Amino acid sequence: MSARLPSGGSIIDRETLVSFTFNGKTFKGYKGDTLASALLANGQTLVGRSFKYHRPRGIMASGVEEPNALVNMGQGSRFEPNQRATTTEVFDGLTATSQNHWPSLEFDIGAINNKVPGLLPAGFYYKTFMKPQWAWKHLFEPLIRKSAGLGNAPREADADRYEYFYVYVDVLIVGGGMAGLAAAHEAGASGAKVLLMEQTANLGGRLAVDEAVINGKPSADWIAQIIADLEAMKNVTIRTRMMGSGVFDHGYAMGYERITDHAPNDTAPRHRLWRIRAKRIVTATGALERPLSFAGNDIPGVMLASAVRDYASLFGVSAGERIVVVTNNDDAYRTAITMKNAGLEVPVILDARAQANGPLPTEARALGIRVEVGKAIASVKGYKSVTAVEICSQAGEGTPLETIPCDVVAMSGGWSPVVHLWSHCGGKLNWDEGNAMFSPDPTRPPLGADGTGFVLTAGTASGDLCTAPALQNALNAGRQAATEAGFSPVESAAPVVVASAEDPMMPVWSMPQNAPYKLRSKSWLDFQNDVKVSDVRLAAQEGYESVEHTKRYTTLGMATDQGKLSNINGLAILADALNAPIPNVGTTTFRPPYTPISLGSIAGEARGALFKPTRKSPIDAWQDANNAIWEPVADWRRPYTYRRNGETTAQAVTREIINTRTGVSILDASTLGKILVKGPDAAKFLDLVYTNMMSTLKIGKCRYGLMCTENGFLFDDGVVARLSEDEFLCHTTSGGSDHVYAWMEEWLQTEWWDFQVYTTNVTEQFAQIAIVGPNARKVLEKLGGMDVSSEALPFMGFSDGELAGIQARPFRISFSGELSFEIAIPAAQGQAFWDRVLEAGEAFGIMPYGTEALHVMRAEKGFIMIGDETDGTVIPQDLKLGWAVSKKKADFIGKRAMEREFLQREDRKQLVGLLTENPTDILPDGAHAVEGGKNRYGQENMIGHVTSTYFSPTLNHSIAMALIKGGNKRMGEVLTFPLGDKVIKATVVDPVFYDKAGERQNV
Amino acid sequence: MLMLKCPNCGVTAEETEFVPGGEAHLTRYTSGSDSQAFSDYLFARKNPRGVHFERWRHAFGCGKWFHAARCTATLEVFGTYTAQTSAPPDDILKAIKAKRPEWEGFK
Amino acid sequence: MSNAVSILNGASSNGAVKITEAGLRGMITLRGDLSSAQLITAVSAAVGLGIPAQRKVNHGPMGGVAWMSPDELLLLVDYDKAAAITADISGALTGEHHMAVNVSDARAVFAIKGVGGREVLAKGAPVDLSPEAFGIGDIRRTRIGQLAAAFWMTDDETFELVCFRSVGAFMFDWLTNAAREGSLPEYL
Repeated sequence: MSARLPSGGSIIDRETLVSFTFNGKTFKGYKGDTLASALLANGQTLVGRSFKYHRPRGIMASGVEEPNALVNMGQGSRFEPNQRATTTEVFDGLTATSQNHWPSLEFDIGAINNKVPGLLPAGFYYKTFMKPQWAWKHLFEPLIRKSAGLGNAPREADADRYEYFYVYVDVLIVGGGMAGLAAAHEAGASGAKVLLMEQTANLGGRLAVDEAVINGKPSADWIAQIIADLEAMKNVTIRTRMMGSGVFDHGYAMGYERITDHAPNDTAPRHRLWRIRAKRIVTATGALERPLSFAGNDIPGVMLASAVRDYASLFGVSAGERIVVVTNNDDAYRTAITMKNAGLEVPVILDARAQANGPLPTEARALGIRVEVGKAIASVKGYKSVTAVEICSQAGEGTPLETIPCDVVAMSGGWSPVVHLWSHCGGKLNWDEGNAMFSPDPTRPPLGADGTGFVLTAGTASGDLCTAPALQNALNAGRQAATEAGFSPVESAAPVVVASAEDPMMPVWSMPQNAPYKLRSKSWLDFQNDVKVSDVRLAAQEGYESVEHTKRYTTLGMATDQGKLSNINGLAILADALNAPIPNVGTTTFRPPYTPISLGSIAGEARGALFKPTRKSPIDAWQDANNAIWEPVADWRRPYTYRRNGETTAQAVTREIINTRTGVSILDASTLGKILVKGPDAAKFLDLVYTNMMSTLKIGKCRYGLMCTENGFLFDDGVVARLSEDEFLCHTTSGGSDHVYAWMEEWLQTEWWDFQVYTTNVTEQFAQIAIVGPNARKVLEKLGGMDVSSEALPFMGFSDGELAGIQARPFRISFSGELSFEIAIPAAQGQAFWDRVLEAGEAFGIMPYGTEALHVMRAEKGFIMIGDETDGTVIPQDLKLGWAVSKKKADFIGKRAMEREFLQREDRKQLVGLLTENPTDILPDGAHAVEGGKNRYGQENMIGHVTSTYFSPTLNHSIAMALIKGGNKRMGEVLTFPLGDKVIKATVVDPVFYDKAGERQNV
Repeated sequence: MLMLKCPNCGVTAEETEFVPGGEAHLTRYTSGSDSQAFSDYLFARKNPRGVHFERWRHAFGCGKWFHAARCTATLEVFGTYTAQTSAPPDDILKAIKAKRPEWEGFK
Repeated sequence: MSNAVSILNGASSNGAVKITEAGLRGMITLRGDLSSAQLITAVSAAVGLGIPAQRKVNHGPMGGVAWMSPDELLLLVDYDKAAAITADISGALTGEHHMAVNVSDARAVFAIKGVGGREVLAKGAPVDLSPEAFGIGDIRRTRIGQLAAAFWMTDDETFELVCFRSVGAFMFDWLTNAAREGSLPEYL
């Protein structure tokens, strides 16, 4: 049974107890513990169930590579699934539960999957859920949904905060082990701005566990000294609990800082996503130990050899009492020696190699540990925990020679450099035959903006697995990074390293070498996703030759594992099955993030009220206080209507329309786009940008204009006012102001750069307030300050002056068909003017109206709305706006397109008005009109669709506009709109429903 | 995510400050032009693996357009230059030739 | 102009860094040939300052002038004088192609005061805000989160930031959130 050792544990604080719960049971741990070390200290070796077979799972590793110990963390609004116990620091009050079992961790019904041989083989998903089709909805999908994923999805909104942080550095170093510290020191000494990040809470990496003597100092002292040196450098920053999660183009890297995971609180952000631009990135990401593939290697108690000694050295925790070590290399002997020295039993070291006579095996033998060479594990005994191993000869088929009782199997299949960050952005790998691993090829690094490599590797991440060369490699990398970032580092003296030498390892992909199916089908490659040696062999047998395909077919290396443990073993098995060399099979693509990062950190601060900016008009606060029912209009919010006591929304809209048509109303039109265009060539420019002629517009007058793309398609409209000979004010749609402004600048900068024209977007400089209705002029007269008579200020004119003592520019333009003054006021005085108008208009029954009343009234007048009557395929002529397309101009944007045959066809969809047979039937927006016959899919032939549809209180009749094939020639036709359970018939009419002569607006 | 230097304001900024504008140096065809030429102007775009010329706008910065010469395969940026030109300038062409001797030149 | 109100009426928030809506500020967009003698004279008359170098801002007793793009300056003046100064500039540049526009009402201005100001901005601006890269006299147009903005420093611990008026309230909320007590990275 695992337990806390009486002494030891370099990173725990035995003075500070913390209390936490796992599956409701309370445990004690020490400050500095991870959840994994604390669970082991309490004898909890069973921590979860595997994905497919619901096999019992225990802690296997001590770091980010842990595949099994994934738990539900926290509760309620701080609940999060799939958190690794090995990277979760314990704190007082931590709550965790195990995952993927029912009804309990100890007794799990789902484990039936494990009892039926061959139930879930490789490609199960592709082979099983095929037929019958009905079963998808009723059987397969519910089944898959139920079994998908390991943890539970959170049910409450996340209570924590997250944020981004942008920084620029000369040298970014990922990893705070020996190599990272050494590289940072070399780069930092050159004066370069260095940021070093370490994913755990502690610096030193493996050097803190596997002791060596560097420059005469024991490793702990060397680490302390170099940290002190680095802290003294102002240009060097060390951040712990920050993972290098990804490397991207042009020196871009992501740092995932976990600020409060180990100490939850309400003030600090939980995670901070550092978005770093570095001139050079040094990955000092170390190496990960590989498991060995033997039968029963997934039973709780089978662990990585390095993890077993990490728990002992760092946390003072023994993973068990009798530890069998199985290895193909010298490094794992360190585990045997550590555990023996801690007073635990090490009954045997099984070494697959033919001999083991290096310093470490010699030391182990000297401690009295039995060493068996050429031996392997035939199978592990036990179900929820290891009880014994059967040993066999590595060379054979697994005939058991001896059964050795034990509760821990410490395995080591060798080490692989962590190449993820090197590979994210295209760094290439070489196959290292001697160490049986892929290591970075420094001649093929990821390339930056200038075409040179911007990532370097340091230490074991480079493939130098032994301390002395790894340290030298790191020092070199630090200096090279600084040099390439433009600094001049000085070469420091070569380090003197005293560490145990290691004999070569021997690749072991299958244990024993000729394991039969019975053993292979119990030899796990991917512990998290339940992929076994037999699954990969089956995939190969079924024709999967590409490692990428095999990965997807078998799910090898998917999910949070991302190949950290399974990769090399899996592709070695695949290579063997395909009879191809390992490098020819290659690796799957390494993709960021290195380990999962929280969705919150990706969202940053953009949630809740900060999710997306809402643009607000200068009258917004008043509207909000006066019952505005908001609707989004592009990025703005605008009042849809203002509801009064007891009114429905529809009643409010009707009231606003009738009041406007019979009295006077006020509209906040501030969102209207306003662009100033000025210069000697302004008129010439606008003639090109608008389809109609703007150069002939007289000073002081307004003209409605259309803008098309080069395709001829209408994309914006609005009224242009000529302020002077060389200055125009162009109004755009509310949603179009930024786009139209950018559009004008694009043409001026990239096509007609010889034109003398300047533009400025003045949309927000002005509040635009429309006073609309038969009594509008009376209100303006009462405000006083300007002559607003029809002689002084005629329809489609404007003038500058003052109204109610406020600088004002009224435009006589109308989107409702009524007498209308749209008045531009400096935005900061918009509210003041609004207040004055309400005061002055009170006697005339003035009231505000919203966008829906605006829409209904413009539809009554047959005015089009960009986005309703246009959809990016509509030309002005389709909308009976051919009059606004100049035939005289030699050129304008869209003119050439309009010359195309297709755009001149008479059977294009054209704008029509519709009156329903029953005046109270309102056609749904988008309803399709049909015209007898069926198309080749058996659907009725469609001839067009409704683009705008309302009930008109003015006409007491529903009205609609539609784009109908050949609509111009269909006047009087009755069209059919099938609507599921009913059919509406409507007569094609002129789209101008009200005041066809336009007399009401021109008074 | 790219880093680009805006030649108008001199700032080297990350891609999120810019808006891409597609292929550079298109010739505009207008009223009366050949149908195929107009169609190509509207729709036919180069999609090379390697050297490419693009339009970018420093939308969150100075608001100005510029051109970038870039390798679509390695993302190497050979240079950025003014938008007020209908062909890449000589110094850009030289810079590309130096890095990509096999490149056939601007067409 | 007693009727004129700024977007948040001078609201402020006190976190690790103080955020204040700085009230109405006169701002004039001036587009033209920045090397023209006439324009240089007009700017000098308006704010008593020379034309700033690329991405620089000059401040003086009469106001400020910021380099916005190769053909655009932003003049910073008293709000009440902006209209008159705009007219003066246009008058002085008669006959020369230019554009002078009073944009005072189109903007919201914020003061970001405190040693952590750089870090508040660096949470949203993809810009090197270290003291070596950005200091007094520099102006940067960029984005803060999803919003376009420009900022400069008025002293070692104070930034001024300008954005569009319609998103002023959102910007205030964004800055206040980024400046929360206990949330600074303490890196820059």
